[in-house]
Amino acid sequence: MSTSSNSPLTAGTTRLVNLNSVLPWVIAAVALILLPQLFGSRSALTIINQMAITIVFALSYNMLLGQGGMLSFGHAVYMGLGGFFSMHVMNMVEGGLWLPLPLLPIFGGLFGMFFAFLIGSFSTRRAGTVFAMISLGVGELVAACSVIIVIFFGGEEGVSGDRTMGPEVFGWDFGSHEQVYYLTIFWLLIAALGMFLYSRTPIGRIANAVRDNEERAEFLGYSQRNVRWMSFIASGFFAGIAGALFAINYEILTEENLNLATSGTILLVTFLGGVGFFVGPIVGAIVFTLLQTVLGLYTELWGLYLGILFLATVMFFPFGLTGLIAMHIAPWKMGKIGHLVVPYAMLFFPAVLAILSGAAFMEILFHIREAGVGDSEMSLYGITFDSHAIWPMATAIVVFVVSVFIINRLSARVKAAWDEATHTGRAGS
Amino acid sequence: MSLLIVNILDGLVTGLLLFMLCSGLTLIFSMMGVLNFAHASFYMLGAYFAYQISLITGFWLGLIVAPIAVGVIGALIERYGLRRVHKYGHVPELIFTFGLALLIEEVVQFFWGRSQLPYNIPEALDFAAFSIAGNSFPAYKVFMIFIAVGIFITLLYILTKTRIGMTIQAALSYPETVQNLGHNVPLVFMGVFGVGTAMAGLAGVIAGPILGTFPGMAVLLGSIVFVTIVIGGLGSLWGALVASLLIGWIQTFAATYNVRMEDILTSVGFTKPEPVWDSAWQDLWTLTLPQIGPILPYLLMVIVLVFRPQGLFGKRES
Repeated sequence: MSTSSNSPLTAGTTRLVNLNSVLPWVIAAVALILLPQLFGSRSALTIINQMAITIVFALSYNMLLGQGGMLSFGHAVYMGLGGFFSMHVMNMVEGGLWLPLPLLPIFGGLFGMFFAFLIGSFSTRRAGTVFAMISLGVGELVAACSVIIVIFFGGEEGVSGDRTMGPEVFGWDFGSHEQVYYLTIFWLLIAALGMFLYSRTPIGRIANAVRDNEERAEFLGYSQRNVRWMSFIASGFFAGIAGALFAINYEILTEENLNLATSGTILLVTFLGGVGFFVGPIVGAIVFTLLQTVLGLYTELWGLYLGILFLATVMFFPFGLTGLIAMHIAPWKMGKIGHLVVPYAMLFFPAVLAILSGAAFMEILFHIREAGVGDSEMSLYGITFDSHAIWPMATAIVVFVVSVFIINRLSARVKAAWDEATHTGRAGS
Repeated sequence: MSLLIVNILDGLVTGLLLFMLCSGLTLIFSMMGVLNFAHASFYMLGAYFAYQISLITGFWLGLIVAPIAVGVIGALIERYGLRRVHKYGHVPELIFTFGLALLIEEVVQFFWGRSQLPYNIPEALDFAAFSIAGNSFPAYKVFMIFIAVGIFITLLYILTKTRIGMTIQAALSYPETVQNLGHNVPLVFMGVFGVGTAMAGLAGVIAGPILGTFPGMAVLLGSIVFVTIVIGGLGSLWGALVASLLIGWIQTFAATYNVRMEDILTSVGFTKPEPVWDSAWQDLWTLTLPQIGPILPYLLMVIVLVFRPQGLFGKRES
C-alpha cells in the first residue's frame, strides 16, 4: 500500500509508517484508556471486556473467513483450548510458578497455535465445503472430548482459577475490574495491531490471492494448502489469546467455550460486521455485544430478532454493516451524498415503525402464550395494555402492513437516487 | 446372540432414519452444490407440525400433511431465499442455511416453547411386534423400517426409471444443456429442494415420538447428518445409504456393549493405579465404550477425510 514504491531504485526509501494509518490506532488507544473515566461502573467494564474478547476472537475468525476464504464451524476450539491451557497455567502460577498475569495470553496463544498447526495439517487441504465440514467435525469431536477428558477439561463443571495469585506488576494484583480492563485492552490493541499488520505482509496478501483464485496462486508458485495452513495457524494463535483473555476475565472455562454454539456465534458476529474489511469484525463484535446485553434486558425474544437480522444481512447486505457504510464512500467522494439524504430520511420513519410494530406483534403473541392464566397485562414501549384484547394486536398488524407498503413504494425512489448518486458520468448530474 | 439381533434391528432403524435425512441432503448438494445446514431443522419442523396436527386429527393425517407442509416451506425458502444468495457464491449460501437453522430453532421455541412436547406413538402401533429371547421389538420401529425402505425404493425408482428422474439426473451434470433443451431447471431445483426437505420432514414425523420432540432435536441430529454424508461421499446416494447404516450400527453397538478400557489395559499387562483419581491417566482408565460412542462418528469422519477426502463412495472432492 503506502509503503510500496513505483521504481525499484527508491524502494524502501518511502516512509514505512504512514501517519494516516497510525492515526486510527492512536485514537482507539487513547479512547480505550479514557473510557473508564466515562463508564466507570463495574457492569459497563464487564461489557467492554466482553466486547474486547469478542473483537479479538472475531478478528482471528475473519483471518480465515474474510482473508483466507475458509468458512469454519469450529473456531471456538482454538479459543477454548487456549483458554483451558491458560487456566491450567494460571493454576500452576498459584502452585508456585513465577509468571506475571499480563504474559499469560502468550501461552494461550501458543497453545491455540499448536492445535491449529495439528488440525490444520489435514483440514486445510481443501477450502470451501470440505473445509467447513472438517471444521464442524473437529469442533464436535473436541466438544465431546471435553466431557470425557476430565483431567484437562474438568468435566461438566469446567476448570476455574484465581488470577490474583501471580506476582504483582507495578503494584497491580489484577483483583479489581479496572486493572483487568487495562490488561484486556492492552492485549486487544496488541492482537488487533498484530492481525492488521499480518494482513499487510506478503503472506497475508497471498492468503487473499488463494481465497480469490487458488489455481492462479498455484501457478505463481504458492502452495494453496501451505498458505491456508499458515493463515490457519496464525488465526489459531490469536484465537488462543482471546481464550486466555476469557480465562483472565471470567476465571472459569467450561464445555460451552468449545461447542458449536460458540463457533456459530462468532460466525454470526463476523458476518454481521462484514467480512470484507478489517474493521468489520470489530463493528460486528461491538454491535452484537450491545444487542445481546441491551435487547436481552428488554425481551426474551432477542435470539429470534438476532436470527432475523442475521438472515436479512446474508440475503440483502452480504458485505455486512461495514459493507453498507463502505457503499456510501463512493457517492461521498463524488460529492453526491446529498442525493441520498432526502430519500433516506423519508425511509427512516416507516422503517422504524415497521420494525417496532413487527416486534410488537411478536411480543404480544409471546405474551399471550407465555404469561400465566389471568395475567394479561403487558407493557410495551411505555404503554400498558391488555395483551388478550384485540386492538393492540390489530394496531401492530395495521401499522406493520402500512409501513411495509410505504417502504415498498419508496424503494423505487431510493433506488433511483442511489443510481444517481453512484453515477460517475456527467450527464444528468 | 439374541441381543445382537435386537441391536442390529435397532441400528437399522437409526440408520434408515439417518438415511431419510441424508438422501435429501445429498440430492440437494449434488444439484446445487450447497450443503443445506438447515436440513435437520426441517426434520424438526416435521415433528412439530405433526404434533400440532395430531392434536386435532390424530397421528395418521399428520404423517401425510406435515411433510407436505415442510416441503412447501422448503421450496419457498429455496425460491425466495437461497436463490437470492446463490449469486454470491457457495460460502454465503452455506452461511444462509446456517442462519436459517438458527432462525428455525428460535421460531420453534417461539411457538412451542422450550420443553419437550408430548408427541407420542399412535395407539394402533403401540405394541410389541415380536420378541427375541425376552427383548421385545416395538411395532412402531417395524413401521419406521417399512416407511424408510418404501421411501428409498420410491426415490430410486423415480430417479432411475421415470422421465422426471432422468431430467433431474441430467440437470445435476449439465444444467445449462438441460435448460437449453427447454426444461425449467430452476423449477427442477426448487422441486428437488422441496422434496428433499419434505423427506426430512417425514423423518421428523416418524422420529418425533421415539427420539423426542424438543427444540434441540435439530442440533442433536444435524451434525451427525453432515458427518454421514461426508463419510459416504458428498452427492452419492449409495454412499449416503452405506454411511447411514454404518453410523446407525456404530452408535447402537457403542451404546449397548460396555467395553471398559480398564479391562483392556489390564489384559495387556498394565496394573491399575490405586486410587485411580490421583493418577494422571484417570480418564484413560475409566473410559468406556458407551462414553465414547457419541464421538465415534466424528472420529470416523476425520479419519475418512484424511485418507479419502472424497468420502467412501464420492467421485469428486468438493
